[in-house]
Amino acid sequence: MTQHFTPRVATESEQALYLELYRRMWLIRRFEDEVQALFLKSLVHGTTHLCSGQEAGCVGVASALTEADRVSCTYRGHGHALALGVDPQALMDELLGRATGIDGGRAGSMNVVALDNGLIGCFGIVGGSIAAATGVGLALKRAGEGAVSVAFFGDGTANHGYFHECLNFAKVFDLPVVFVCENNRYGEFTPYEDVTAGEISDRPATLGIPSITIDGNDMWKVRETATEAVERARRGEGPQFIESMTYRFVGHSRSDPGRYRKPGELDEWRTRDPLLVGRRGLMERHGVEESALDALEQEVDDQVRQVSAAAIEAPFPEPYQATEFKDG
Amino acid sequence: MAEVEFREAIRQAIDEELARDDAVVFFGEDVAAAGGVFAVTPGLMEKHGAERVFDTPISELALAGAAFGSAVAGLRPIVEIMFGDFLPLAMDSLVNQAAKYWYISNERASVPLTVRSVVGGGGRFGAIHSQVPIGWFQGVPGLKLVAPATPGDAKALLKAAIRDDNPVLFFEHKRLYSIKGEVDGDVATLGEAAVVREGSDVTVVSAMRLLHECLTAAEKLAGEDIECEVIDIRTLRPLDVPTVLRSVEKTNRLVVVEEGPRGGWAGELLAAVTEEGLGDLDDAWRITTPDHPIPYSPPLEDAFMPAAESIARAIRER
Repeated sequence: MTQHFTPRVATESEQALYLELYRRMWLIRRFEDEVQALFLKSLVHGTTHLCSGQEAGCVGVASALTEADRVSCTYRGHGHALALGVDPQALMDELLGRATGIDGGRAGSMNVVALDNGLIGCFGIVGGSIAAATGVGLALKRAGEGAVSVAFFGDGTANHGYFHECLNFAKVFDLPVVFVCENNRYGEFTPYEDVTAGEISDRPATLGIPSITIDGNDMWKVRETATEAVERARRGEGPQFIESMTYRFVGHSRSDPGRYRKPGELDEWRTRDPLLVGRRGLMERHGVEESALDALEQEVDDQVRQVSAAAIEAPFPEPYQATEFKDG
Repeated sequence: MAEVEFREAIRQAIDEELARDDAVVFFGEDVAAAGGVFAVTPGLMEKHGAERVFDTPISELALAGAAFGSAVAGLRPIVEIMFGDFLPLAMDSLVNQAAKYWYISNERASVPLTVRSVVGGGGRFGAIHSQVPIGWFQGVPGLKLVAPATPGDAKALLKAAIRDDNPVLFFEHKRLYSIKGEVDGDVATLGEAAVVREGSDVTVVSAMRLLHECLTAAEKLAGEDIECEVIDIRTLRPLDVPTVLRSVEKTNRLVVVEEGPRGGWAGELLAAVTEEGLGDLDDAWRITTPDHPIPYSPPLEDAFMPAAESIARAIRER
């Protein structure tokens, strides 16, 4: 049923696949570093939400998808966009509000839409990604071609009305939706366990939705889990739920210094950095030479430098009257 | 032409659009098997199948999210939010997602969805099942707001709403469901008002149920040598200002009659006509509902609601 779908990430060999996922993780980390630097120079406007530390979730899930599948994510969406293959230049240009941005500078950091890459949108209000993916699932089920939709959201969303309403809605209509909760342990500044009753992954289980909690910093584990969940949804087994345990190494947004973190917590998570886990795994499991990884990283570093420089030079949109409604 | 009830006109529009376009789906609470709490949509599930016409949980957040998401992934959904008073629950998806999407996608992805919702007072439903929530959506670029007064317009405007590539909120006044009128298979144009009675002394603009009260008031006043030109505005966003301007060129007086408190579309229409047609105006004012919630008790609700008698009196005494 789904043989004709093209995978989002090349798969000529296991080694090539995971090298590409590692490359995308490194790109996301460097991209986010650069966004923060540009934000501090007032070249990125308003606010930003970076996903540094959460890269394995982005690339692991994206690697389980095909070009027929659709993804919605949150205001913390740069990493997901890059994982899905959005052109880093078009994304950076968007964040700088330039005419050459992927949405012409109209969307900005929190609201990126990249339909050519399967990204239905990033939604700036908690829960919005779940709502959108549920509706997309309705359309994909009706199309009957075996495509799935994926909603990324954080632990904070588990306490939102959308979570309960949409999980039930998706289950009663057996929609092909994979719900991916990226539990980074903090809803903005508040530890999730202080404001969340019970375990998040127990909640979908009460609705009969298969639910699993995994190490979200391990790209192998994320890819394997996501692949199984996506395949079940493709086969018509209805919605699936993954709680991907992870940690953001940066503040919630802008210049939040993260003073709410518990002592030693950040250092402990740094030892489980998805990039470290990825680097080690590529050498141990796939026999990749350290020098090859160094070269890959260097290449991406150069790419991000070029992207940043070009974005700064890119033109702003001309002030013009926007069309309010679609014609016809 | 056939005379049918307003509710049947709505049903015909949905039925014909489901038959015409396979991308159209229709869902909401109690709309399919039960045929709607106001008996508007019986038989559609049986005719078009439970895949395309189905009942949902009582989950307005999920309903609106499902409408938005399915609209951006290839469907053309019609959803029913049972009472307009429940629309705040659906507002995030409608206002923050659907209304913005065409614009922030840099005009690449449209959102062809229609929300039908039952609104309005006079039914003794009390403060939280009688409101006309149009004002809540008036200030949202990207939404279209439609409010028919007759069965013919209900059918033709709903077909237009369903075919429109933008999110459209379609308001059905609960006290109009049983009125009868002629319908055909035409598709109206959103954003066009209709002059439903010609007159030379004062322009009276209204919508939905109060349009009928205005027409009755115009009959009364005609016997007193006051000729009202009555305009059914039909679409509240965008407002058809040119039709009203043409009318006040002739009458030089404008009264806008809205079921809802001040701060709604009547004020916006007065402002727009004043901006562009001040030189033609000798007088311009509005008749709205009082600035408090809708009461339950019949004498209280009757006093709350503008009616033919009070509208005629207000015009006569002005």
